[in-house]
Amino acid sequence: MTNKNYETVAYYPGCALEGSGQPYNRSTKEVGKALGLKLEEVKNWNCCGAMEVKNIDPEIQTYLSSRVMSIAAHEMGHKAVMAPCNGCYHNLKKAEYDLSHKENSRAVTKRLSEKAGHQTYEAGQIETIHALDWIKDTIGEDGLKARVKNNLKGLKVANYYGCMYTRPRNIFPEKDQGPGSESTSNPHFMDDLLAASGAHNVDFALKTACCGGAHTLSDSDTSTLLVSNILQAAEEAGAEVIATECPTCHSGLEMHQIRAEKKFGTKSNVKIVYFTQLIGLALGLSGRKVGIHENISNSTTLLRSKGFK
Amino acid sequence: MKTISQIDEALATWKAPADLGQGAEELLSFAEQVLENWLIAKGKKPTLIKSEGFRLLGLHRQGAKGDPSFNACRETCREAIYNYNLICENPRAENAATNIVKLRRIVQHIALFIGGKMQVTGLGEFCCASKPIRLLEV
Repeated sequence: MTNKNYETVAYYPGCALEGSGQPYNRSTKEVGKALGLKLEEVKNWNCCGAMEVKNIDPEIQTYLSSRVMSIAAHEMGHKAVMAPCNGCYHNLKKAEYDLSHKENSRAVTKRLSEKAGHQTYEAGQIETIHALDWIKDTIGEDGLKARVKNNLKGLKVANYYGCMYTRPRNIFPEKDQGPGSESTSNPHFMDDLLAASGAHNVDFALKTACCGGAHTLSDSDTSTLLVSNILQAAEEAGAEVIATECPTCHSGLEMHQIRAEKKFGTKSNVKIVYFTQLIGLALGLSGRKVGIHENISNSTTLLRSKGFK
Repeated sequence: MKTISQIDEALATWKAPADLGQGAEELLSFAEQVLENWLIAKGKKPTLIKSEGFRLLGLHRQGAKGDPSFNACRETCREAIYNYNLICENPRAENAATNIVKLRRIVQHIALFIGGKMQVTGLGEFCCASKPIRLLEV
């Protein structure tokens, strides 16, 4: 056990995990169960504001995220809310920052909260964490190692964090705080957890590079080329698998991998798997239990060749 | 100065020379030229001033000035410089060949990202600088 304890947290899956990110939702819940961690889903949660609302009116995004935190803190009595999606995690953190620093954000949030009939969220009333913090801080590498039943046997993994997990730095005050904390320039929590599960992390240069996710509709070709560069960089580093911790990045990598081959003739064989699915396999859960069969990227043959069922 | 398309083409077929330090200089120069193209497209004269010891970051700072920055491409520029430093510190080191492969991919990412911005006005702006594409329609 590490010094932080998130054994029971409010769980905010967000919209993506109920759609394209279902395997992430499934594997997060299953890993939680296997580790003895309790997730209580935020009641009647709403969209965090995502990119769409933020682009139109950032204050509305702040309010929407604040409502999620308000329910988790005031109605459910939690001290921490865990968001596995980078977009949700980022937006809740951004709302926390705005409510701490901007009078206008506080005023808009108060007005809309009163209109909506719930208690106004104020900065500092709950802590927002990512699924990586949840496992890393509560279980830790040693704790995970002790629970591994079927280690990843040196599976070569490129850990891809995407851009929203660490940027902009100012909304993540708990990061870059020295040993034990996450780094915004070279994030390592996923690397640490997968190494503890028996994986071999490759030296991957584009772990926080843009996947073009936000531009996938406005300029699909640029998104495809960005993803293709990430996939090729992972393969050049020797990766068999890219581990993800964001449903948008994950879907982007999967779909643009197919599009890169069709549109540009760029084929890559690296498989895309959620980090929670890999940890689940290491904990002895079956591929089906963690939703490997629900990924678009077909990693079944590779994982079976490594002895996972 | 090469255009972004020319840089894209050069990177696609780029092979590291025997002198990896020279290769790293060439790749860093490509990255700078990408940002020069970006600045010229924004109607600015690319600066020669360095930031944090590198013109690449000086160019990024010049282009992003005035925008509340998400800084995805600044961090990618920093990643390029990190690998450049590793190579130039000891071009004969065992891992220098691996680092130059990484540097090429990172520079390619900068070219794609910044190049994407220039194909569609505003593309990437809300990501790297929190600036809504929608504003362009107002």
